[in-house]
Amino acid sequence: MNFITIDKKDWAGGIDRSRKTYRVFGPVQDENGCQIKPLTPDLYPLMDAGVTVMSPKSVLFPQTEKMLTATLDASREDHHIMKPVEKDDTLRVVLGIRPYDARAILLVKLNFDNPDYQDPYWCDAYAATTFVGLGVNRPGPCDFSTSTGCGPFSEEGLDVLMADLDDRYLAKILTEKGETWAGACGFDTTADAAESQALFDILRKEAEKNITASVDTDQLSEKSILDLHEAPFWDDVAFSCINCGTCTYVCPTCWCFDIQDETKHKTAVRFRNWDSCMSPLFTHHASGHNPRESKVQRVRQRFMHKLKYFVDKYDQGIMCVGCGRCVASCPVNIDIREVCTIMNNHESK
Amino acid sequence: MENPYVPYPVRIDDIEVATEDKSLKTFTFVFQNPEDEEKFAYKAGQFAELSIPGVGEIPIGIASSPVEKGFVKFTVFRTGVVTSHLHNMKKGDIMGIRGPLGNWYPWEKLENKNVVIIGGGFAFTTLRSSIVYMLDPANRSRFKNIDVVYGARSPGMLLYREELFDWEKRDDINMHITVDGTDDPEWKYHKGFVPQVVENNAPVADEDTYAIVCGPPIMIKFTQPALTKLGYQEHQIIMSLENRMKCGIGMCGRCNIGKELVCKDGPVFTLEQINQTPKEY
Ligand SMILES: Cc1cc2nc3c(=O)[nH]c(=O)nc-3n(C[C@H](O)[C@H](O)[C@H](O)COP(=O)(O)OP(=O)(O)OC[C@H]3O[C@@H](n4cnc5c(N)ncnc54)[C@H](O)[C@@H]3O)c2cc1C
Ligand code: SF4
Ligand code: SF4
Ligand code: FES
Repeated sequence: MNFITIDKKDWAGGIDRSRKTYRVFGPVQDENGCQIKPLTPDLYPLMDAGVTVMSPKSVLFPQTEKMLTATLDASREDHHIMKPVEKDDTLRVVLGIRPYDARAILLVKLNFDNPDYQDPYWCDAYAATTFVGLGVNRPGPCDFSTSTGCGPFSEEGLDVLMADLDDRYLAKILTEKGETWAGACGFDTTADAAESQALFDILRKEAEKNITASVDTDQLSEKSILDLHEAPFWDDVAFSCINCGTCTYVCPTCWCFDIQDETKHKTAVRFRNWDSCMSPLFTHHASGHNPRESKVQRVRQRFMHKLKYFVDKYDQGIMCVGCGRCVASCPVNIDIREVCTIMNNHESK
Repeated sequence: MENPYVPYPVRIDDIEVATEDKSLKTFTFVFQNPEDEEKFAYKAGQFAELSIPGVGEIPIGIASSPVEKGFVKFTVFRTGVVTSHLHNMKKGDIMGIRGPLGNWYPWEKLENKNVVIIGGGFAFTTLRSSIVYMLDPANRSRFKNIDVVYGARSPGMLLYREELFDWEKRDDINMHITVDGTDDPEWKYHKGFVPQVVENNAPVADEDTYAIVCGPPIMIKFTQPALTKLGYQEHQIIMSLENRMKCGIGMCGRCNIGKELVCKDGPVFTLEQINQTPKEY
C-alpha cells in the first residue's frame, strides 16, 4: 500500500486536471443543506462538511432513473419494443465520501450484484466510479459507526482513504482505481509508508474515542425471526412514527425501488424511483388486500429487514452502517440504536 | 452484461374471453424472435412479467404448459391500470414478456407421488399448466394418482371449461369440479365450496401424497384444516403466493415475507416453509 501526500494548495489544481477524465462528485452546500452532487467546473468539494443530509447512494442509484424506452409510433418497425436507455458510464470520482457511506455501498452491492441477477444500471455505475474517502476526524453526535463493522477510518469500499492534516491530505492508495485517479490529478509525492500508517492509526484511535454512541448486535443472529416478529415492543416502537419515509430516503443502505411507466408524445419510458417500506402502497395488492396495512407492521418491517432478515440472509452484520442520518432526520426522534438494543436483548417467553 | 429488465417482444396471437362475466381473458402470445422462445424455457408454476410499454408491468402465472410449444398463454383478471389496459388490447398488438421468473412446483420431488391439485376461482392458471404437463404422454407415468378439486362461483366462472370436461372423461385423472351454486338442472358435477369438496373427495394422505393449493385467501384458510383431517402434513401442502411485485428478480425489495423474497425464493413454498415466516402475504 503506498501513501501520498497532497498539499492543500495543490488540491484544486489536481481536481481540475482530473476533470478531463472524470465526472467529479463531492459534498456541496445547497438550499437543502450539504449534499454529495456532481461538481460543475466552478465547484470544489466542501471537504470539511459533516454528515451530508442525504447519503451518496444516488451517485450509483439515482432517486429517479430511466431504465428502458420504446417508441409507440406504429409506423416505426421497432414500435412497442422496449430497449435500455443509453447511459453515461464515463469514469466518475466521488471525493470526500465518508467511510460509513463507502461500507454502505458494499452492503447495497449484495443486492444489486448477486449470483442470480446483476442490475446493469447499478453495476455499470459502480464499475465506473472511484471512491476517494476522507476519514472522520470529528465524529458527529449520532455517529455509531464503530458498532457496525465500520468506523471513522475504515477502508472498506474505498479506493483511496485520505486523512485531513490541516495543511495537507495524507492519502492511502487502496486499489488500482485509486492509483489511476491520483495519477490523473498529478498527485505523486510519496510519503513514508510506516510513518503514514502510524499517523493513520493515531487519528483513527482519536476519532474512535469521540464516538460515544454504540449498539450491541451480537445476539441478533441467534434470535428467531418469529420471536422477534411477534415481540410485544413493536407498538411502542412505532407509536409516534408518522410514516413520512424520511428514514428510508436518507439511508445509504436502503435500496428499495418502484418501477413506473410514462408516455410523452410517442415515446414510452420506464423509470425506477426510490420507494419506501413505510408507504402503505409499497405492498398494496390490486384487490385492496395489504399484508402490511398498519403502521406498526411497516415500522417493524424496516427494523426487521435491517437488523434481522439481512443479518440472516447475508451473514455480513446489520444493514446499517451507523451514519446516524435516520436518527438525526426523524421528526419524532425514533432511534434505530434504541430499537437495535431492544431487539438484541429480547428474550422470548 | 445481460439486462434482466428488458422484456422479450411478443405479439398477441389470440384473445379469448374466459369467464361469463368477461372479467377474465386468456391471451396467447407468440415471440417475435423465435430464439427468445428457447430462452423463455419455463417449468409449470413459474410466472412472468407482462410488459406494456408506457403502461407498466404485471406479474402473471404462466397458464400454458412447458409441453405446449410455439406460444405462451396467460389468463388475466381485469382489476387495475395494467390489467384493464391489457383487456382493451387487440390481436396483433406488440408488447413484452419478461421471464420466466420465480421457482416452480417441485416436480423432481413429486415424481412417483400422488398429486392432488386444489384450486379456486381464477387462481387456476399455473394449475392448468401443471395438469397439462403431468397428463402429457411423456410424463404421465412419472406420477401416480392425480386428483383435481377445482371450484368457482358458477359454471360460467370456471376457467378452461372445455379442458376440464375433457379431463373429466379420462381415467388417468380424477376430477372433482364444483360450483358454489347453480340453477342449471343439467349440472352433473359437485355443488359446494372447495374445502368441503376436498374433505369429502380428496384422497387420504399417505407419505407419498402431496397437495398443491392455489386460491383466494379465504379458500386457503378453510382448505388447510380439511387437508389436516385427511392426514396431510405441512411439508405435503404446497402453495403459491401472490405478493405485490415490481422487479420480479429480487432487487426492488417489496415482496418479502420475512427474509424470503416471494418473486425469487418463491412464489412456491410448502406450508412448512411458510409457517417459518411472518406470513406477511
Ligand atoms: C406470482 C403471481 C402470479 C399471478 N398470477 C396471476 C394470474 O395468473 N392472473 C391474474 O389475473 N393475476 C395474477 N396475479 C395478480 C396480478 O399480478 C395483479 O392482479 C396485477 O398486478 C394487478 O395489476 P394492475 O396494474 O391492473 O393493478 P393496480 O392496482 O393498478 O396495480 C399497479 C401495480 O401494482 C402491482 N400489483 C398490484 N397488485 C398486485 C398483486 N396482487 N400482485 C402483484 N403485483 C401487484 C403491479 O406492478 C401493478 O402494475 C399474480 C400475481 C403474482 C405475484
Ligand atoms: S423518519 Fe421517523 S417518523 Fe418518518 S417514517 Fe422514519 S421512523 Fe417514522
Ligand atoms: S439505518 Fe440509519 S444509521 Fe443506519 S445506515 Fe441507515 S440512515 Fe444510517
Ligand atoms: S418483486 Fe422486486 S424484490 Fe420481489
